[in-house]
Amino acid sequence: MVDALQGLLQGLFGSLFPLVWVLLKIVLIIAPLLLAVAYLTFWERKVIGWMQVRIGPNRVGPWGLIQPIADGLKLLLKEVVIPTGANKGVFLIAPMFAFAPALAAWAVVPFNDTLVLANVNASLLYIMSITSIGVYGIILSGWASNSKYAFLGGMRSAAQMISYEVAMGLALVVVLMVSNSLNLGDIVNSQGKGYFAEKGLGFLSWNWLPLLPMFVVYLVSIVAETNRAPFDMAEGESEIVGFHVEYSGMAFAVFFLAEYANMILVSTLASTLFLGGWLSPVGFLPDGILWLFLKISAVLFFFLWIRATFPRYRYDQIMRLGWKVFIPLCLIWLVVVGCWMMSPMNIWK
Amino acid sequence: MEFKTFVFYFLSAILVFAGLRVITARNPVHAALFLVLAFFTASGVWVLLQAEFLAMALVLVYVGAVMVLFLFVVMMLDINLDRLREGFWSYLPLGSIIALLMVAEMGMVLGGNYLGFLESGVRQTAADESNVQAVGRLMFTEYVYPFELASVILLVGIVAAVALTQRGRRKNKAVNPSQQVFVKARDRVRVLQMPAEKRD
Repeated sequence: MVDALQGLLQGLFGSLFPLVWVLLKIVLIIAPLLLAVAYLTFWERKVIGWMQVRIGPNRVGPWGLIQPIADGLKLLLKEVVIPTGANKGVFLIAPMFAFAPALAAWAVVPFNDTLVLANVNASLLYIMSITSIGVYGIILSGWASNSKYAFLGGMRSAAQMISYEVAMGLALVVVLMVSNSLNLGDIVNSQGKGYFAEKGLGFLSWNWLPLLPMFVVYLVSIVAETNRAPFDMAEGESEIVGFHVEYSGMAFAVFFLAEYANMILVSTLASTLFLGGWLSPVGFLPDGILWLFLKISAVLFFFLWIRATFPRYRYDQIMRLGWKVFIPLCLIWLVVVGCWMMSPMNIWK
Repeated sequence: MEFKTFVFYFLSAILVFAGLRVITARNPVHAALFLVLAFFTASGVWVLLQAEFLAMALVLVYVGAVMVLFLFVVMMLDINLDRLREGFWSYLPLGSIIALLMVAEMGMVLGGNYLGFLESGVRQTAADESNVQAVGRLMFTEYVYPFELASVILLVGIVAAVALTQRGRRKNKAVNPSQQVFVKARDRVRVLQMPAEKRD
């Protein structure tokens, strides 16, 4: 069927075909992603509702399933208020800065052996550099709002994101060291080899077990990186004023979408780097894209779970955790893994 | 015209425009943002040159970290541009000498390469050869001593920065109740009367 479609499009567009084909693939990634973002908000409200012995949204459509669409429409129809004295251009660009990296990073994410938009060698590096741009959305929105609350909130969130980026990057360095590659596809494939994988217990060969401290550091860092509870200094709904106080309507919705798109992205990365991507956990079941989606959902559920469970961290405790606990831990584990790889007990040959 | 050439000129046009706006923009935050744009497009040009490691390192380090801290500082400072522009004519001779020197240096490197005086032509690499691996291998074999030297210098920089800002450790966070009891409101709060400022 894919070949037939390819042939049809080739006849239709001629020399422009490669461009059309790539655009089609981009749409095939972005459209389900946006749908997933919408329904993640719904799922979050439902899950947290159940955990707190409530029902959650159940009024719009069957089981409340139309709720995210209704929310989106509501935000779309509201006015975007631009404060007096705000820097209008920067004020409107800032949400795009927050959202665009979360979409652009998907270019190199592999869904299975062959299903990837751009199979580049340095894909992990690409993801790290693209996601590091996301912090501009926060810092610019804080500044452009011409409000001291938004400005201080922006500074606070930006400092938090930069701090945890360091720990996250160091955790990734350990992963690429044991996989001997920066290509996400190769990183997944390297997790399918080893003592346990040959015994049919593939899930014990994935990176999460031998690199358990790094996995924990990464899981906590991505929560801090996406400004989610218990590290939600950006937007404590009832008490802390964050960088997007001055935003309303669609401009605010884009920040909201960016947060959830980022959550899905980092969950995908966690599944790819530590949980074996599309690989099947046991030998007697086939590998496939379904496993990747299951793992992403599990990590996303973890996000919602801890949001309903833990109280918020104090800001100085967040920074202490990032700089004084995670970074030294990562540096020590980096040396430990380096020595391990050079010793006769190396398991990543 | 080849597509690659078109992309090059497209990126270069943006790069030159952004570079000019860095020095002509009146608002320092806008200038910093144009510098970000310049870095980003420069990394695009580097990708065209098949130097993908350098391109991504540029975005990761300069756009993702250095410029963010730069913006922090620029946003916090209350910069009066008119006062900054006062000494323009007196600084012009020194500035133009430095600019001329830089142009001469670039001319020597680039022109020498272009005319064939220097040996190091840009070597084309195969598509499957990893740029990152090549850089890493060179860094840890041929250039290991310069690399280690650079990292030691950076370490000294880190220690110096910590030493400059370290104000001694607070031993514990316990408060003294007897001191707390005797605190008066005027010890802690100062009410200021300030005239309202007009926006300019």
